[in-house]
Amino acid sequence: MSPPVLETRGLTKSFGALAVANMIDFRLERGARHALIGPNGAGKTSFVELVTGGLPPNAGHILVEGAEITRLPQAARVKRGLVRTFQITALFRGLNILENVTLAICERRGIGGRLFRPAGRYRAAIEEAFALVERLGLADEALRPVNTLAYGRQRLVEIAVALALTPKVLLLDEPAAGVPSGESGTIIDVIESLPLDIALLIIEHDMDLVFRLAQRITVMVQGSILVEGPPEAIAADPEVRRVYLGERKPA
Amino acid sequence: MLGPEAVGSFARRHRYHPLEALPWLVAVAAYFAFPTYVPLGAQILATILFALSADLVLGYAGIVTLGQAAFFGAGAYTAGLLATHGWGEPITGLLAGAAVAALIGLLSGLVILRTTGLTLLMLTLVVASMLYEAVNKASWLTGGDDGLQGMEVWPIFGRFRFDLFGNTAYLYCLIVLFLCWLAVRRLVHSPFGRSLVGIRENVRRMHAIGAPVGGRRLVVYTISAALAGISGALIAQTTQFVALSFLGLDRSGTVLIMLIIGGVGRLYGAFIGVPLYMIAQDRFSTIDPVYWFFWIGLLMVLLVVFARGGVLGLAERLQSRVRSRR
Repeated sequence: MSPPVLETRGLTKSFGALAVANMIDFRLERGARHALIGPNGAGKTSFVELVTGGLPPNAGHILVEGAEITRLPQAARVKRGLVRTFQITALFRGLNILENVTLAICERRGIGGRLFRPAGRYRAAIEEAFALVERLGLADEALRPVNTLAYGRQRLVEIAVALALTPKVLLLDEPAAGVPSGESGTIIDVIESLPLDIALLIIEHDMDLVFRLAQRITVMVQGSILVEGPPEAIAADPEVRRVYLGERKPA
Repeated sequence: MLGPEAVGSFARRHRYHPLEALPWLVAVAAYFAFPTYVPLGAQILATILFALSADLVLGYAGIVTLGQAAFFGAGAYTAGLLATHGWGEPITGLLAGAAVAALIGLLSGLVILRTTGLTLLMLTLVVASMLYEAVNKASWLTGGDDGLQGMEVWPIFGRFRFDLFGNTAYLYCLIVLFLCWLAVRRLVHSPFGRSLVGIRENVRRMHAIGAPVGGRRLVVYTISAALAGISGALIAQTTQFVALSFLGLDRSGTVLIMLIIGGVGRLYGAFIGVPLYMIAQDRFSTIDPVYWFFWIGLLMVLLVVFARGGVLGLAERLQSRVRSRR
């Protein structure tokens, strides 16, 4: 059996007495549609930071396709196909959509450090970027600076930039956070239509979205994994209902 | 929007705009129109190059520095020492100045660019201060506080002698500035240049798309140091004098002020801010020799309050207002 595309073993991180990750054993299978849920402060975003290299862990291992990446810098992990989006939109705000995506494509193609030829001459990169922008339905606004876009559109650009890096594992940190409910449908459609060779880990508070997209759900509480299982089992789990779902409308 | 249209407008962005010829036409016209100001003009041209080097790190890569004078001074002392020790050939003097400044930029950058923000700002200041004191201490070589005197700069290509009226100096500075500007313009439009803008706009995102941010910052810091070194060497060769103040905090600060007046991160801010500042300084110090700095200060306050983004920022806003009215 091939190793999971992403795996953590005993991943631990604490800030003083606060454990944001406590011995986390996690497996993400190839092509998975996996959701990570939990109340605020459960350590979901910290887990993303640990896995993508934004935070160094205190202990434990991170593996991509069976290969250890625990000590690799962030850029090297991206090259291995480990890509994330941000909970709070983190785009190049003054640049337009096409350029946001093109920057990512240039890095993936390894031409981001070229010094002399004008960026405009790398036509294939720009065309690839535009094709992606078009695929996500953003072509009309391709040349608008992202800080002038509606927030829902910005969230889509966030996903477009991530896709430009041809991820094997895509960590979506609250992809629909802050988006008016009328617009979140587009985002869900986009996520649903992602190719199956990308394994998705979705961190989300919106239970409609989670139960619509996820085939497996992991519940985190206070830096530890409480339970993991298919959506039906999670929805029926009394412990989960108590710590998490009970606070909201039942799914 | 149609694909080819969007892609095309992106792909054409590096092409030359007719307005870009303007600074060069002005520079040539000024040479003929104001013969008595040609020496000041040469200083302005060399300082534009210095401001351009600062724009590359501050305006493009978002590295806030108060140590740019270290590289300017390093270039000036290198060219100066060569010329006082029997090698007055100007072009190799410039290149040596660039090389020494780049080396100092690379070595100091390796250490200090690990930090960001206020810490980095302080460290750039520290590097410049250390160099300042080192040059001051080595007075047997550098003349210390008295400055470096007795430079003998040879004619350019063995033919064009530096004359008393500063005509050769002006044209020399103009040509060197033009060549450096071509290179910088190419650089900021390259994928590397665009990635610098990415670093400035959102460094977290740059990490997240897999860019080697540290390496990029080091490269641009080194290139900027080399340009500042050429600028210092130009001033040393054309004035035949190097003062200790070339390495001072004053110079690092002033170049930032000039750049802010013109507009940061726009490539042409240096071409507007430096002449404005230096001509204002020249005028104010004639009209009011004691308090001229007050007027510069007032100009600065007005610009920051009413024209963020400097003169170019103001122009951009006016342009977009005119457009939206149509």
